[in-house]
Amino acid sequence: MDDLIDGLLSGKVRPLAKAITVVENDQPGKRELLKRIYPKTGNAYLLGITGPPGAGKSTLTDKIIANLRKQGKTVGVIAVDPSSPFSGGAILGDRIRMQQHALDDGVFIRSMATRSNLGGVAKNTVDVIHLLDASGKDVIIVETVGVGQDEVDIVRIAQTTVVVMVPGLGDSVQIAKAGVMEIADVFAVNKADRDGADKLFSEIRAMLDMVKGDIKPAIFKTVAVDDVGIEELVQGIYAHGERVVASGLMEKKLAEKAESELRAYLIDNIMERSTGLTIYDDVVKRVAAKEITPMDGVEEIFAGLEMMAS
Amino acid sequence: MDKKIKVLIAKPGLDGHDRGAKVVSRALRDAGMEVLYTGIRQTPEQIVATAVQEDVDSIGLSCLSGAHNKLFPKVVNLLKEKGAGDVLVFGGGIIPNEDIQGLKDAGISEIFLPGTSTEDTIEFIKNNVK
Repeated sequence: MDDLIDGLLSGKVRPLAKAITVVENDQPGKRELLKRIYPKTGNAYLLGITGPPGAGKSTLTDKIIANLRKQGKTVGVIAVDPSSPFSGGAILGDRIRMQQHALDDGVFIRSMATRSNLGGVAKNTVDVIHLLDASGKDVIIVETVGVGQDEVDIVRIAQTTVVVMVPGLGDSVQIAKAGVMEIADVFAVNKADRDGADKLFSEIRAMLDMVKGDIKPAIFKTVAVDDVGIEELVQGIYAHGERVVASGLMEKKLAEKAESELRAYLIDNIMERSTGLTIYDDVVKRVAAKEITPMDGVEEIFAGLEMMAS
Repeated sequence: MDKKIKVLIAKPGLDGHDRGAKVVSRALRDAGMEVLYTGIRQTPEQIVATAVQEDVDSIGLSCLSGAHNKLFPKVVNLLKEKGAGDVLVFGGGIIPNEDIQGLKDAGISEIFLPGTSTEDTIEFIKNNVK
């Protein structure tokens, strides 16, 4: 464990990769590992990239990596792809767009499957971010799965969230809907050389005109495959980051993030302890038999937990 | 959570025929594995760097260009250099029978020829991943 931690803190690739495996799979030693590296985290810029499937998130991420590398920044990437609800397997294919960086020591890319976690990222994504952060990466990019309308967990993880949109997915009512469209700090209208891009751009801008608040999202046109608009997009991302700090919102964001992390572990922990109770199966049976309601079942389980504690 | 078997399916060399690699990727996915596919024309160096970062359990190499005798052992040797010699490496593609023993001697655990059932590949990985 000491070798793993020393190696990862000094930025070595294999110890970092091995540590991520421990964290991703909830293997023994995870708690100790996180405890030891946690004080070394909090230095990286956390960038989220989200948007519908096929919008060009991976290609855009690839070009953003290249831009950040030109500026001399080291980059960690977590690319999330969906797991099959049937077999539990996954095809992790985001990385195929980023292979030009495979031999760059300043770039570490890791693919994660959602393993049925809802919300657009994998369950242990935040802990993997901590490891990349502790290994000294300047910027950490989290590319979510292709999202629909409601997978917005990234907003509680990233300092700046980029929502990638493409023309041709719907009319202005889609733009007005709640959910993913609301979480953008920065919009990228990708594939901007295609028909409908200008219309999409102006529809998003019209929507943003109605946004209340101090920090309005900026919007950029990109053609990621041709490396068009990337420089401006990256500048826009950093400009957002600076505005968050200047407006004093950073502390609020960090507190929310800490609470969301704590809450996730709390829920896991309560579930684990509850399902471990000997009365658990009995409570399930009685709920199924309509003898008690699920809410009363919870009360019985909590009474059981209290008895264990006393 | 059970640890999922993580496999990198990679195509070293210059041929662009990745139908087989994709079929195998899909079959492994359906067998519950997490499969990375990194596309055609990857160098052994890229393949190994990817395998190390992703901490995969196994690498499947597909080559139809005839350069397997050079490329497959190169991958195995680079893995050892990077301290990842424990990764299970297998291969497939258009590979003459007389080359198979040499590849196995070079550290490739198994060679799957055209016509192999994907079931055999799945079984092999499940039985041999440490």
